[in-house]
Amino acid sequence: MTRTEPNRSRSSNSDSDKNSGNGGGGRTTAMRVIVPLQGVVQGRGGLFLGSVIPCAFFYFLQFYLKRNRKNDESDNSGEQNSSASSSSSPNSGLPDPTRSQSAGHLTELTGLPRSLSRILLSPRNSGGAVSVSGRVNCVLKGGDSSPYYVGQKRVEEDPYDELGNPDGVIQLGLAQNNKLSLDDWVLENPKEAISDGLSISGIASYEPSDGLLELKMAVAGFMSEATKNSVSFDPSQLVLTSGASSAIEILSFCLADSGNAFLVPTPCSPGYDRDVKWRTGVDIIHVPCRSADNFNMSMVVLDRAFYQAKKRGVRIRGIIISNPSNPMGSLLSRENLYALLDFARERNIHIISNEIFAGSVHGEEGEFVSMAEIVDTEENIDRERVHIVYDLSKDLSFPGLRSAAIYSFNESVLSASRKLTTLSPVSSPTQHLLISAISNPKNVQRLVKTNRQRLQSIYTELVKGLKELGIECTRSNGGFYCWADMRGLISSYSEKGEIELWNKLLNIGKINVIPGSCCHCIEPGWFRICFSNLSERDVPVVMNRIRKVCETCKSQN
Amino acid sequence: MMERSSNNNNNNVVELSRVAVSDTHGEDSPYFAGWKAYDENPYDESHNPSGVIQMGLAENQVSFDLLETYLEKKNPEGSMWGSKGAPGFRENALFQDYHGLKTFRQAMASFMEQIRGGKARFDPDRIVLTAGATAANELLTFILADPNDALLVPTPYYPGFDRDLRWRTGVKIVPIHCDSSNHFQITPEALESAYQTARDANIRVRGVLITNPSNPLGATVQKKVLEYLLDFCVRKNIHLVSDEIYSGSVFHASEFTSVAEIVENIDDVSVKERVHIVYSLSKDLGLPGFRVGTIYSYNDNVVRTARRMSSFTLVSSQTQHMLASMLSDEEFTDKYIRINRERLRRRYEIIVEGLKKAGIECLKGNAGLFCWMNLGFLLEKKTKDGELQLWDVILKELKLNISPGTSCHCSEVGWFRVCFANMSENTLEIALKRIHEFMDRRRRF
Repeated sequence: MTRTEPNRSRSSNSDSDKNSGNGGGGRTTAMRVIVPLQGVVQGRGGLFLGSVIPCAFFYFLQFYLKRNRKNDESDNSGEQNSSASSSSSPNSGLPDPTRSQSAGHLTELTGLPRSLSRILLSPRNSGGAVSVSGRVNCVLKGGDSSPYYVGQKRVEEDPYDELGNPDGVIQLGLAQNNKLSLDDWVLENPKEAISDGLSISGIASYEPSDGLLELKMAVAGFMSEATKNSVSFDPSQLVLTSGASSAIEILSFCLADSGNAFLVPTPCSPGYDRDVKWRTGVDIIHVPCRSADNFNMSMVVLDRAFYQAKKRGVRIRGIIISNPSNPMGSLLSRENLYALLDFARERNIHIISNEIFAGSVHGEEGEFVSMAEIVDTEENIDRERVHIVYDLSKDLSFPGLRSAAIYSFNESVLSASRKLTTLSPVSSPTQHLLISAISNPKNVQRLVKTNRQRLQSIYTELVKGLKELGIECTRSNGGFYCWADMRGLISSYSEKGEIELWNKLLNIGKINVIPGSCCHCIEPGWFRICFSNLSERDVPVVMNRIRKVCETCKSQN
Repeated sequence: MMERSSNNNNNNVVELSRVAVSDTHGEDSPYFAGWKAYDENPYDESHNPSGVIQMGLAENQVSFDLLETYLEKKNPEGSMWGSKGAPGFRENALFQDYHGLKTFRQAMASFMEQIRGGKARFDPDRIVLTAGATAANELLTFILADPNDALLVPTPYYPGFDRDLRWRTGVKIVPIHCDSSNHFQITPEALESAYQTARDANIRVRGVLITNPSNPLGATVQKKVLEYLLDFCVRKNIHLVSDEIYSGSVFHASEFTSVAEIVENIDDVSVKERVHIVYSLSKDLGLPGFRVGTIYSYNDNVVRTARRMSSFTLVSSQTQHMLASMLSDEEFTDKYIRINRERLRRRYEIIVEGLKKAGIECLKGNAGLFCWMNLGFLLEKKTKDGELQLWDVILKELKLNISPGTSCHCSEVGWFRVCFANMSENTLEIALKRIHEFMDRRRRF
């Protein structure tokens, strides 16, 4: 499972990151001041009490704090190591990242007694553990305890199987689509399914980093089909890359500098915290949408967020929308999209339109309108601010094959992206497989139509079932998720109440769903349920499980 | 709802980031410019015999036939979806776990052990898969260093490092200068000097990154140098990254010492934890298009983080499946490694002999897909410009795309990297002929 690293709490990763970095520095600075002072004041009785006692207190406080942090982390590391490898080094716990940074500094100071540094170093280290970057700390602190990660792990350990493990945990958290049956195609084209019938020498060599032209043409065709051919996508404006995460990260690197931010209406995909922020140093400013507005974006709220950021000195470089949206599955109206373009134009910022579910529009209400269609008739200066992300893995149920795309009207962005994608390219046998699978327009039509029908049928079943349990969902017209209102089941209207319910759903109901807090939803009690990997037979099983949890909640509340 | 504003009364062109507009990717260097010239006029034996011969791309095409035979005939498991057929395909297509297919990791570990003649063991659970060594090097840099920190890298080095190690990471490269006086080996003085240079500029050094065997030198790093490097890294409390992408292309297996061998006998975790190895199938197996790279680290934090970070650059599950059974077939890989080494050695001898006859000396090499050729004596001006002028002449007159030492940051001018494994023997002969004729013409004047 491609993991995302959303934080459980709504505070950003970068805060904790900064704290760890600065904290370490601050403490060593304090040490440098206090140690020489201690030596000076020890000779004078009068100042002795006044100086040494605070110094001693300070040291013991340091020691106490460091010991506690070590305990916290050895708990985490214990959990990690059990799931990770049979490591060759048995005592490979997490070295305290700040400790190692301090250790590095301490060894450089002259005149510092070695015994002092011994207190701070892990006893088994001779010279101190070699330190790693701040990014590592960010991962190790935040990731493991988030519901997203915990839920995934539970599914892995105890996966539901109709026959083999009927009491296992049902995965409703990860957007996998096995609705689409490429089985027929694979049966008819066994060689193409592995290597397009080409010899090794035909596919082994270095190829253009941004993808074979043939594949780009096929992808452009597929994207057009998803918009019911109201847009004709130009293959030369495509850059292929190994996954939507990579596409979003590449765009983040291209459109914003470290310290800048993107506006992101919430609830949003849990993946953005990693894809947009992790390695880029770019921040996300959430713009909350409310259930009262059906979670639609309000331009007024957007505006306010922009100016508040500006006042704080944060430069907004763009806005990231998803359409069909994740997690609600709503389709943005033309009006919305035009308003968004105006907004971006007036503030001179970019728009990243995450259209990875474009081929999975299953509802009858509304139409999917791509941002590409909106800017079709605009001047270049505005087209250049629009960038679309597409992902074959969603619509074609190919997540393992790692193939996504950036579509942009901005030649500079394309040029930079082409170079950046050398760091995350699509494997050539996969490119050839995809070419075989999606070059034929008839095949593409069939795939898209089948995908839609199957998604619609499961969605309808699921929503009906939930309604019978008293759980309403927002109307979803595209994508793989139901956005379910479970506010009636939570014990307290708070994140804590939400997480309690999530726990019950996971441990009593044995279903893995994503709590709204992972999607940065400002209202507690909403849950994202993915249905694309369910068969019709699974729906009643899921319903029974949820019913069990409902009953538990009612009896407790 | 706001009304649509009619016209654009704000003539601002939307800006891009510093990363996007910088040239830190280094792709404007002659290294890449030569490729362009080749793309515009590529040599073809029958259709374009006077075209540019590509000798600037380190690709291994000498052993394709071995792979083809295996993958297409003897490997039903990998070349189809096995007995599972279509459901096998579906299962594979849905697999996106950043741990990677266990069978594939085991196969990679076993392959890496074989290349090192069993002198080091590799634990499959320490293998992190990335889409190519390019991605592996960048990922490691993100993990081991913060923006504005530095890695020490011996020169001359692979031009791609400017992009891979620096561009998005914001990390600097501080060169460890090597020269021909000792066959470009790293000396303790050069190492200390590089470290000091960084310190003087207030730059924090986070590690040393070497390529072993070296690109562009085409030579292995001596065992004592490796031991010294590790010792240095322990003393300075920094990391050691060894890019061993050409480890399977050493002409005589006994001449290669991997850093893994050195670490094998060390128990001290604080020493081992700073060592990381990068590998890829692009060079040894000649499968650069497949994009299969790996980070092997003795540091649990690094493995854990690298795995998560590899989400941005996963290896296609189809590719993993295709190669897993081939790489774990020890009989095949043993034969492949042996024959590949033989053929590369033979190519190397052909080119070095041919150059010698033309009066050109090369650095004594024992590995890789290229040789390091000395044309210093041909330079009118012993400067970088002089070297680039000569490079231009070779490209335009001889229609040979070779890589000038300056693009590899070599501190001595006049050296060129010449690749010999990405063409047929015929083409190699033709390239040598062009060089001979060129040298003849120069002697006459």
